[in-house]
Amino acid sequence: MMRRSLGFNIMIGVAVTVLVVVTLAPLLWLFIMSISAPVELTRIPLHWLPDRPDFSRYARLFGLTGDAAGTSFLAALRNSLVVSFSATAIALAAGIPAAYSFSRFRGRMGLLYGFLGVYMVPPVAFVLPLYMVFSQLGLLNNVVALIAVYCTILLPFSTWLLKNNFDAVPREIEEAAQMDGAGLLGAIRHVTLPLARPALAAAALFALLLAWDEFFYALIYTNDLRAQTLPVAIADFAAGRATDYGLISAVGVLAALPPVIIAFFLQRSLVSGLSAGGIKG
Amino acid sequence: MSARRDRFQAWLLLAPMLAIMLGVTAYPIARTVWLSFTDAGLSGDSSWVGLANYGDALSNPDYQDAFARTLYFTGISVSLEIVLGVLVGLLLNERFPGRAFVRALMVLPWALPTIVNAMMWRLILNPQYGSLNALLTQLGLLAKYRSWLGDPASAMNMVILADVWKNYSLVALIVLAALQTIPQDLYEAARLDGAGAWTRFWRITLPGILGPLSVALVLRLIEAFKVFDIIYVMTRGGPADGTKTVSFYVYEESFTYLRAGSGAAYAVTVACVSGLLIATYILQLRRQGRA
Repeated sequence: MMRRSLGFNIMIGVAVTVLVVVTLAPLLWLFIMSISAPVELTRIPLHWLPDRPDFSRYARLFGLTGDAAGTSFLAALRNSLVVSFSATAIALAAGIPAAYSFSRFRGRMGLLYGFLGVYMVPPVAFVLPLYMVFSQLGLLNNVVALIAVYCTILLPFSTWLLKNNFDAVPREIEEAAQMDGAGLLGAIRHVTLPLARPALAAAALFALLLAWDEFFYALIYTNDLRAQTLPVAIADFAAGRATDYGLISAVGVLAALPPVIIAFFLQRSLVSGLSAGGIKG
Repeated sequence: MSARRDRFQAWLLLAPMLAIMLGVTAYPIARTVWLSFTDAGLSGDSSWVGLANYGDALSNPDYQDAFARTLYFTGISVSLEIVLGVLVGLLLNERFPGRAFVRALMVLPWALPTIVNAMMWRLILNPQYGSLNALLTQLGLLAKYRSWLGDPASAMNMVILADVWKNYSLVALIVLAALQTIPQDLYEAARLDGAGAWTRFWRITLPGILGPLSVALVLRLIEAFKVFDIIYVMTRGGPADGTKTVSFYVYEESFTYLRAGSGAAYAVTVACVSGLLIATYILQLRRQGRA
């Protein structure tokens, strides 16, 4: 490597500092709002740091004071967890055999590309007929409807991710297992899956992130505590006449924690997942 | 093993996925197309109207405006995300103290849920108590508090700001990964040949990241064109329809005005434009799969 000039080093230093500040400042401010008393946030000129941190919003949201904000937050949290984990489990259960099939048997890849395409079509193209179907089945405002729709969002993309990783597992090992009488499913379960375990974990975490983030369907198919997920609850909190910005911020901080923690574990497999369309924009 | 048995097993393993995908997507798509030729409401009877909905959609000035706004949003935000993403990717590829930490930091905006991001910026841009107003006035850059999201001239740009802040990180991460695959000897050789930094960027760096970068570009275009969540939370399409994009327009047509037939026609036009982008993406993906 060539040594860099002092001027270049200074430029890098300034750019990195700007990058860190621009990335962290809005997030830090979100957290500060969540621990500032309402009077501190509405004071002009703004003081930025609260005189005394006030964690009462978090206590309210976790239902420790028994008010309405806590009830709706906890219900939304429960719905979000139920929907994300169920949809992820179903998507993997269907996606693993499908990915194996795409990886080991030639000639059907067009189908996978087609499904990837479908997953990217704007939801406005599906939302209305599904609304009518769910309404006839009595599934509006029911987590089951969201789980069904989310499966179609998670499936193409996790199948793609898994297929690429199954491609790297040598066929010979499987064939040996099948020779020993394990059968196709046995070979998948005892040979392929253990070898592809990191990919499996990555696909599951990606799927969880996508489901946790979804808003459009949840907005239209749910309307109260029975099925409303966190993104919809946040939109309600943010649009409501409630002027406690700290409370809204606290909800945001709590909703952001699980995906942020997951993303740190995902870092290594992040990029391959990103280019396969594991985006949430 | 016979070819026939192979084929049977292949389809058998695909069956659960096919059942889910066809069950929950094929019918709705077909039904949307069918609805678009009728005057249906959300419930009740409907009759066939042929192409009338499409004629109305394409000649509706409000919809044309929404379309133009969507193109504006998509063009500006994706351009900024690509340029910033490349710059930050290059920066993170340099050596500096704390590099691992800064790289890890890049995951934060990407992982932040879209709705939380929108809500966070809505609070920052708040006209009375927002921190942007406070910061700019305390620095002496702004004389008095502004209503960033309440002014049709600035609202869309503020939505773009929030979108770019979150989504350029994805481009940066993809670019960084691509940069790490470029062999260092290429740079050494170019330097020995007397190539300047600028030439090295155009001749080595850019060709090296072009594949993944173009995938990121198309992905971002697809996502940006269907923008809805961030607008719903930040502005609800206002002020004076200043941020009403096509997805928002279709949503209102169907669920606020309850016109299922014409809503479906709008939805089909949106899906067709997306379809072009999606086809580009699939072609790229196949090309990269072969490479």
